[in-house]
Amino acid sequence: MSEEILKELEKGKWPSYVTEIRKAGYEGLLKVYGKALEDKMTHFIHGGMVGVKGYDAGVIGRMTDMPDVMKTSHLLRVIPPAGWFYTTEALRKICDIWDKYGSGVINFHGATANLQLVGIETEKIEDCFNELVKLGWDLGGSGPDFRTPAACLGPAYCEFAMIDTLDIYHEIVMSYIEDIHLPMHPYKFKVKISGCPNDCVAGAARADLAIIGTWRDNIKIDQEKLKEYPEEVIKMAVERCPTQCMKYENGKLEINDEECNKCMYCINLMPKALRVGDDRGATILIGARARGRIGSFLGWVLIPFMKLEKPYKELKDLMKKLLDWWDEVGNPKERIGETIYRIGMGKFLRDVGIEPVPQMIYRPRANPFWYYWPGEVE
Amino acid sequence: MVEETPWGLRNVGVPHYEQFLHPVIKKNYGKWAYHEHVKPGVIKHVAESGDVLYTIRVGLPKYVSTQTVRELCDIADKYSQGYIKFTSRHSATFFATDEETVDKIIQEVESKGFPVGGTDHSLKSIINCVGWTHCHTAATDSPSIAKALYEALYDYFKSYDKLPERLKIAVSGCLNMCGATHASDIAIIGVHRKAPRVIDEDVKAFCSVPALVKICPKYAIRPKKGDPRSVEIDEEKCMYCGICYGECPGLPIHDPKNDGVSIWVGGKVPSTKKGPMNSRLVIPYLPNNPPHWPEVVDAVKKIVDFYVKYAEPDERLGETIERIGWEKFFKLTGIPFTDKHIDDYVFSYMEFRKGVTFKHT
Ligand code: SF4
Ligand code: SF4
Ligand code: SF4
Ligand code: SF4
Repeated sequence: MSEEILKELEKGKWPSYVTEIRKAGYEGLLKVYGKALEDKMTHFIHGGMVGVKGYDAGVIGRMTDMPDVMKTSHLLRVIPPAGWFYTTEALRKICDIWDKYGSGVINFHGATANLQLVGIETEKIEDCFNELVKLGWDLGGSGPDFRTPAACLGPAYCEFAMIDTLDIYHEIVMSYIEDIHLPMHPYKFKVKISGCPNDCVAGAARADLAIIGTWRDNIKIDQEKLKEYPEEVIKMAVERCPTQCMKYENGKLEINDEECNKCMYCINLMPKALRVGDDRGATILIGARARGRIGSFLGWVLIPFMKLEKPYKELKDLMKKLLDWWDEVGNPKERIGETIYRIGMGKFLRDVGIEPVPQMIYRPRANPFWYYWPGEVE
Repeated sequence: MVEETPWGLRNVGVPHYEQFLHPVIKKNYGKWAYHEHVKPGVIKHVAESGDVLYTIRVGLPKYVSTQTVRELCDIADKYSQGYIKFTSRHSATFFATDEETVDKIIQEVESKGFPVGGTDHSLKSIINCVGWTHCHTAATDSPSIAKALYEALYDYFKSYDKLPERLKIAVSGCLNMCGATHASDIAIIGVHRKAPRVIDEDVKAFCSVPALVKICPKYAIRPKKGDPRSVEIDEEKCMYCGICYGECPGLPIHDPKNDGVSIWVGGKVPSTKKGPMNSRLVIPYLPNNPPHWPEVVDAVKKIVDFYVKYAEPDERLGETIERIGWEKFFKLTGIPFTDKHIDDYVFSYMEFRKGVTFKHT
């Protein structure tokens, strides 16, 4: 019965993950998963504590309630190179190691941004990791720690990139590597880096700290190249511009950059004719979380503009300040956005020494209840 | 900092990205001029130097075997000088510097069964969590739902001009929402509908009662009367979030008869136009019906049909609905509106309509 259901999932036009599990010869997983489909219920249960010596993170313990078939199927989170760029040589070596110790099933990439090696038994984890680490691969974050960050491809081949996403990613991984392996914060802390407001790595939705490239000066218009776009596309940009700051008259496009809110829409529409400006940096959002105790948060503005140049001192100082504050006041299982929300954005800003600016909000409060802090009132 | 420990190397970090960059990328790093969508799945990137790089996006399944990785590597060795990239949505990118090579890559990966597409105004690769293939808290099975949706919407992945804008779908097996389900155009999220059961022995053996009392967002868990080393659950307060089961194996919440999926629409991440938006509930419950998920597929098809029919060019699904109004969305799709759709949680007041402007449907 369960084999028949699995066979159904191997049909069709889209390549089948079941076929891949079969190709890897991971029979145990096929049986446990097939039974789950048949029973309409997972057969995985809480995993035990597993890992490699010296780390408290990076291996996700998985156990099943079908020990005769397959008792454990742990998962290794491996930190991928910035932007998920690889050489075939590197991938082949990872595959060799994974065939030797693990199931041969890989997830490119998990929602945590890691390269996930799916399915290894407890006894083999240490040896497997020791071979990986010799090639320079390390384990990513898990639990209440600094998680493996994520970065869009940015300057590699995207003309919109206004910050060096790959380099920032690399720098953050290397400076927080011990933190990644040691869960010691109230809860997880995710950083995502996108080169422009298109936010291809979904930082605004999923990162405690989202670093999103932006610019402060004028959009560059190439009136000649503009002619390559049909009138209706140009008119659509003018009409849909959220701040209504564009004008198109007599075949000429004008932008009132003072009013532009840097949403990126027109540039996406006509990348040949419009280029982002030269005064580049990032907007930093704080607090996103998919499903919090009180609902879901999208990230909100913490720093409207920060210049980001090597060695990214200002960014690192900010991260340290935030983590120190949160370590002090955060409750267990509370993401930093929830802590800020509980304590109050105003108090938080005061505690960490960030100036309040109107860019942080849509509109000021409509209720009359606020605090004064010691020393503010005589 | 790299450490030599008695048990081996530790804290090595990550190999530097530069060694993984294709020569054309390395040469033109940070100096790109513009891009064009030349055909489905293929983007042409032109550098300020005049160099051209084509990227070819290939849809992959959630899991890939090492054997398949090697086959993909063979293709990348043959045509992309040994370089390959992956995206944040389970797809792979191949590189080419001329159109002839582009076509050869497409032909070879497709002959192996991996479709090329997912760029520009298309269905993007569907993000799906591991669901029943690997997770203990899953209320539904994300990978097989994603597979069923791919079959139904395959043509939208393979084309790049049949949708008004991009369409991002994500599937999470439970309310933990691994994957960006809370900000997707269409999100499928597994739900439980009954309070967890309490297995006293397991709670006593594996769980901390004070921690459980604290962790429940609805304060539905309290020490059990007469047996305070276990707990009892106030079923009227419980909202089936599963957070307690995540912590404690003694509170199983799975229920094959009543678990199922919910459908949410209208989320988006980019700051373009009105900015990021949350996905909103449109269908509170559909039954778990693997392997082909007919109810879920029908519902999603209905929503996509609505999108294609009513969106203006360049509008994301949520933008279309916000423009015409949610009351119209429910009317035009025929999806029933219920008490479940009206928020009664922490931020609910923001969602109530103030003033007297709305459409009569
Ligand atoms: S976020 Fe912006 S810079 Fe990064 S890949 Fe996407 S469009 Fe390009
Ligand atoms: S970036 Fe956005 S706000 Fe600025 S001109 Fe373009 S469309 Fe208008
Ligand atoms: S969303 Fe739920 S079912 Fe899916 S991986 Fe996350 S915790 Fe597991
Ligand atoms: S499922 Fe959620 S609401 Fe219900 S008892 Fe557990 S933690 Fe509380």
